[in-house]
Amino acid sequence: MTAELVIFFLLAGLAVAGALNLILQRHPIHSALSLVVVMMALAGLYLLQGAEFIAAVQIIVYAGAIMVLFIFVIMLLNAGEEERTNLSRMARWVGLPLGIFLLLQLVYWIGRAPEAPATVAASPAQTRKLAMMLFQEFVFPFELTSILILIAILGALVLAKKES
Amino acid sequence: MVPVSYYLVLSAILFGLGVVAFVFKRNIITIFMAIELMLNAVNLAFVAFSRSLGQLQGQVFVFFVIVVAAAEAAVGLAIIILIARNRRSLNVERVDLLKL
Repeated sequence: MTAELVIFFLLAGLAVAGALNLILQRHPIHSALSLVVVMMALAGLYLLQGAEFIAAVQIIVYAGAIMVLFIFVIMLLNAGEEERTNLSRMARWVGLPLGIFLLLQLVYWIGRAPEAPATVAASPAQTRKLAMMLFQEFVFPFELTSILILIAILGALVLAKKES
Repeated sequence: MVPVSYYLVLSAILFGLGVVAFVFKRNIITIFMAIELMLNAVNLAFVAFSRSLGQLQGQVFVFFVIVVAAAEAAVGLAIIILIARNRRSLNVERVDLLKL
């Protein structure tokens, strides 16, 4: 077992444990914090695959910005523990088995797929090539995302402002 | 070197757990977090394929997915604030205006 495999299993276990904890915790703030653990573990896995830029963006944007927004809203709304109702019992007895069935199916069929051809070693200057690609081949979608974010900011402002 | 299938199975597990959280949780914020978990699982598969095929397009896609997720989180949380203000509850079962 190589060192890379050991690190992979450590990070994978951390990610799965965080995702399980997200489901098991009843208070949303605990779920949010376990989601941060999942994202950190995924950032580590991206680093392991030589995707430094994606790993940095994962930590800065996902764990840094999006999750802070989530925790901010949870505290703003003073969200308490989930309440149990008749419908949530139905979700447990129907939704949970079906969800687990889907999970097992996904893992089974993907695990059975034939192994991809020999993996290429990650090249050292990946971020540079990524930047070239982003600003040459994909420059139009890249600019479109800035408009998308602008619209999202305006939409969030219009939705959340108090009606006078 | 870790085989690609390991990453794909991990991605499938995370996606499945996201689906389970989506159908199981009752709190609207937690349901929204389950969606983020599923997006993350797909990102992992993108990066794994990008590496195994030796092409960087997969990482460009991950970049765009993260940007869209950020925009989605901003609008979605604004909608959640609106629901919480109107319904005085974060339970999705209370949002039943369209129900017979």
